[in-house]
Amino acid sequence: MKLNVNGTEHEVDVEDDMPLLWVLRDELGITGVKYGCGIAQCGACTVHVDGVAVRSCQLAAGDLDGDVTTIEGLGTPDALHAVQEAWVEHQVAQCGYCQSGQIMQAASFLDLNSAPTDDQIDQAMSGNLCRCGTYPRIRAAVKSAATKLQRA
Amino acid sequence: MGRIKTIARRSFLVGSAAILGGVAFGTYLVKRDPANPLSADAAAGDAVFNPWVKINESGITLVTPHTDLGQGAAMMQAMLIAEELDVEIDQVTTTPGVAAGAYYNTALGDEAVPFRSNDDSFAAEAMRSTMGAVMKVVGAQVTGGSTSVPDSYVKLRKAGAVARETLKAAAAAETGLDAADLTTERGAVVLPDGMRMEYTTLAAAAAQIEPVNDVTLRDPAEWRLVGKPMQRLDIVSKSTGTQTFGIDVKLDGMVHASVRMNPRKGAELLGFDAGDAEGMRGVQKIIGLPYGVAVVADNTWRAFQALDAIEYDWADAPFPAEQADHWKAVEASFVADRLDKEWRHDGDVEAALEGADVVEAEYRAPYVAHQPLEPLSAVAKVTDDRVDVWVSHQMPGFAEQRIAARLGMETGQIFLHNQYAGGSFGHRLEFDNIDVVVDIAREIKGTPVKLTFSREEDFAQDYNRQIGMARGRGAHAGGKVTALDLDIATVSASRSQSGRLAAPVPGPDVQLAAGAWNMRYAVPNLRVRAYAVPELAPTSSWRSVGASTAGFFAESFVDELIHAAGADPMEERLRLVNDDDARAVLEAVAEMSDWGAPLGPRQGRGVAIVTSFGVPTAEVVQVTDTDDGIKIDHVWVAAEVGRVIDPVNLENQIMGGVVWGLGHAMNSEITYADGRAEQDNYHMAEGMRLHQCPVIEVRALENNPTVRGVGEPPVPPAAPALANAIFAATGRRLREMPFYHTVDFL
Ligand code: FES
Ligand code: FES
Repeated sequence: MKLNVNGTEHEVDVEDDMPLLWVLRDELGITGVKYGCGIAQCGACTVHVDGVAVRSCQLAAGDLDGDVTTIEGLGTPDALHAVQEAWVEHQVAQCGYCQSGQIMQAASFLDLNSAPTDDQIDQAMSGNLCRCGTYPRIRAAVKSAATKLQRA
Repeated sequence: MGRIKTIARRSFLVGSAAILGGVAFGTYLVKRDPANPLSADAAAGDAVFNPWVKINESGITLVTPHTDLGQGAAMMQAMLIAEELDVEIDQVTTTPGVAAGAYYNTALGDEAVPFRSNDDSFAAEAMRSTMGAVMKVVGAQVTGGSTSVPDSYVKLRKAGAVARETLKAAAAAETGLDAADLTTERGAVVLPDGMRMEYTTLAAAAAQIEPVNDVTLRDPAEWRLVGKPMQRLDIVSKSTGTQTFGIDVKLDGMVHASVRMNPRKGAELLGFDAGDAEGMRGVQKIIGLPYGVAVVADNTWRAFQALDAIEYDWADAPFPAEQADHWKAVEASFVADRLDKEWRHDGDVEAALEGADVVEAEYRAPYVAHQPLEPLSAVAKVTDDRVDVWVSHQMPGFAEQRIAARLGMETGQIFLHNQYAGGSFGHRLEFDNIDVVVDIAREIKGTPVKLTFSREEDFAQDYNRQIGMARGRGAHAGGKVTALDLDIATVSASRSQSGRLAAPVPGPDVQLAAGAWNMRYAVPNLRVRAYAVPELAPTSSWRSVGASTAGFFAESFVDELIHAAGADPMEERLRLVNDDDARAVLEAVAEMSDWGAPLGPRQGRGVAIVTSFGVPTAEVVQVTDTDDGIKIDHVWVAAEVGRVIDPVNLENQIMGGVVWGLGHAMNSEITYADGRAEQDNYHMAEGMRLHQCPVIEVRALENNPTVRGVGEPPVPPAAPALANAIFAATGRRLREMPFYHTVDFL
């Protein structure tokens, strides 16, 4: 099958039921996307399909219909996305393992709702587990990112 | 031991100084003694120092041997060296280095001794220094026990200072100037006329001279980095998906593997039927092992699929199969012959309780899994004369010895490349992933293999937090707590762990009643006894270890007694407290939370103070009893840390500890049925989610001269402070974790 990831076309030969997560990590070697639970409980595997956050552990390769963006395609160390900028400013990460997914979730959410309330942030981000407990900083970073995006 | 150090050291020199003409600095020069294997291996002109700082033409490398588990250890260590070395963080690269005895953890011994951390009596100090010596002898390079900061605080600043002064001496020799007239800044020696001699250029000359070991550390008032908010060196990589974790390591020709071990932890595999797995797409090898089956494939998911297709015949668990029998074993342990130690007896508890109106209560704390978000994984390549393993581990030296023993090789042939971890909380003190990856890699010699545990497998194979109970009896008179008698019975995670390492710890286990017996209260009649429950399911250190259970028991029961006495929980604790540091943290949270201010309807506040790892930590939790369940509104935390290294990271660590403590107290436990853990993924052991997270305010106090780590101390007070708050709001006393069996949470 063909898929477009971060603007690059790839051809992979995989079973239809292989989750996108494992296509990305083990077939294409894109490791910013993380495996945490495999059952839609943690959000570590969050990527965008046509700009919308999806759990890549739940999306079968055969059902993929759209362009994929992983954290590597959102922004880079030299050209940070506004959400990543906010994550750096607030020094959100501890171990950082959940943060790719948190950032992808936040970016998609803010794209749909650029002026969220605290409750909306809580709802949008509660599917993403952080075992290190960076939640207070995630909240603050989402708010900062919203402000940045409004100005942009 | 000598041989291990030799080889580790040699490989270090080959990798850096000897080949690149650089110089390795340390805090001491190892004697050039023919009996010293270090110098025996050193080539002419080699500088054989204890390595934390490497400088050569191409750059400045700081070695940060404490494993970065997400707690910011790499940054903390780099800052301490850079402070005295006069380099900026953006000028250096960091590496965990090789596993080596030189990186033994001297601070770890401090918490292994049966003295309160504020006990500086001669006996306590003598014991601590003995433990430190033991750590040095066994070369225990361990990240744990909140010791990374105390272990590094002086040692690494000294390493930086020695390097700086030696570079100045080299510059003085080259220029004929007096070293006293030279200064240093941003990685260069600066001459009186303003000319800069870069460290990287001076390195070759510095390698030729004796290091200047007689250095004086700077006064904290002069610090540029330590104590200031810094940007962590891994913050950009961790915000862009470019940080490589152990699970992300990629090697040419690498294959993928996964494993199914007997879910009855520790028992054998009796047999298996590979069935359809053999012919499944991508499956390259199915390996039967004494404890389970591994599948090697070309993709992790295909390995998972194949494991699901295999039928297994598992042996019975080596511990009671049903949870109820675990509790029975705990209940049966409050007996004289299971007494591990009477840790404290002030006054006369029996006399004080005699004829009094005795308050009694019983508490329970369950097994809890670690489950950091990065599942267990490891990459290994085995050849006939060399083994490389890429993994994140808290005891890399022990891991190398273990691999060598498993393969019948020399430790010097084992190379562990320590990785950044996606969390640990004690999980990466165990060796299952390393044992399994080596067992797989030896079957496919020459081919690198990445082992990934499924989340379900990780849950099944976790060594959980100790299970335990406590029984309290106490009395009050005239509105004051007068007697407190607390018996604690838990399994010993320390013994379970050290038993697996075949290095049993002698004497009583200080962790059984940690956080309880050392309560900094002057209750006139106070006794704490610890009973050791015989080993049940295997257990291990879980963020804050014994204090995570004993602290809950102690501060819940203290609260019950205070309420029974009709006193205010904060005021009575302040009246009872017998230590300046503890009083100061209580006063701080009282002030921060405006304790005593009127609350809204159905709101309540609870306070708890627990001292663990030498850090008295007080927390006030405020909850609202809403129609949909308990909402945790706000937490105020104060901790006595001695010295703040990095205020941003400290706050992040403390917030994380509070979230960890609250989340697991709310909803996490492991129970056994048919010898297996019943919870197999996060939906059954969730911890806290973002919408449940309170506002958390943190204050660090720096009254005590001893610097401490804060990875663990914020955890123990969280559960009792929450239970005490829920009592205040609802009148319901929660005596068993997890609390969601009794109350709903939002
Ligand atoms: S790995 Fe997909 S949600 Fe956890
Ligand atoms: S930062 Fe470690 S899991 Fe979120």
